[in-house]
Amino acid sequence: MILGLEFPPVSHVVEWPTLFGGDVFGVNKVVLLMWLSVAIVIGLFYAGTRRPKLVPTGVQNVAESTVEFVDEQIVLQTIGPEGRGYMPFLLTLFTFIFICNVWELIPLVQMPVNARIALPMFMAIVVWFVYIIVGIKNQGPIGYFKNTMIIPGVPKAILPLVAVIELATILITRPLSLAVRLFANMLAGHLLLVSFAVITQALFVSTILGGALPLALLVFLMAFELLVAFLQAYIFTILAAVYIDSSLHPAH
Amino acid sequence: MLHTLAQQDPGELEAGLTAVGRGIVYGGAAIGPGIGIGLVVGNAITAMARQPEAAGMVRTTMFLGIAFTEALALFGFVLSFIISG
Repeated sequence: MILGLEFPPVSHVVEWPTLFGGDVFGVNKVVLLMWLSVAIVIGLFYAGTRRPKLVPTGVQNVAESTVEFVDEQIVLQTIGPEGRGYMPFLLTLFTFIFICNVWELIPLVQMPVNARIALPMFMAIVVWFVYIIVGIKNQGPIGYFKNTMIIPGVPKAILPLVAVIELATILITRPLSLAVRLFANMLAGHLLLVSFAVITQALFVSTILGGALPLALLVFLMAFELLVAFLQAYIFTILAAVYIDSSLHPAH
Repeated sequence: MLHTLAQQDPGELEAGLTAVGRGIVYGGAAIGPGIGIGLVVGNAITAMARQPEAAGMVRTTMFLGIAFTEALALFGFVLSFIISG
């Protein structure tokens, strides 16, 4: 209770009852939305590339501009032309995360899938496996850890400390910060929208005119959250690309 | 005033202190990243204004810098939910 307003606790905003299924494999709204996002991503690229035309229209336009964006803004900017082999992986990550995030803004749905830690954590673990395997394949199992831990130009006295920090970075900090960044951003955005919706509703009940200001702010915040949803998908993908790049080219 | 304090339910005081602690954790965690993001974006704008043709590269690096800086604030945000009375 803040000034007579009843804000719902966090657990009420992100926890959904199980619709069907058992304890461990229970399916709720979030899981259904995740499946729907998978279907949308597959459908988008299937429909976009099924009958390609020279002058793209409709779905093909969307699919092509997405591919072009990931290619030019993410892969070429971080890894370079040789990174195009990782393009399918990064493109899938980007599209899937963006669609999962955008559920936050769809009326009557309004639940970002990534506001639960499970999916960001899983994707971070996948990225973790990818960059470690790429590093071991490119530099050898000993070479990879040697190149990441022993940085040339570091004074001998603090080299052990730096080596431990670098090892912790690739093993723990990178996947943890990837997962937590996406999760916390989406949760914060969701809570922000919920708070403003509650304020708007409460003020509309008391004075209709008083509700107009928070409503205007709510509309603005929804536009802002669209930007955040896009930006978080972009940052997750670009960081995955940077990590793969650091496995391909060790720092000299 | 002491009289009213004494009459309070002990659980109530604990809940209040938890709320204060959450506020301090998130507020404290947001100070450094706030300054850091300001520095990153400010310098990126300077770089873009000096060399508009390098704007694309600077923007990518700027987002990377923001992402790394922001992570600290977000750890604080998540930690503030983990704290419970």
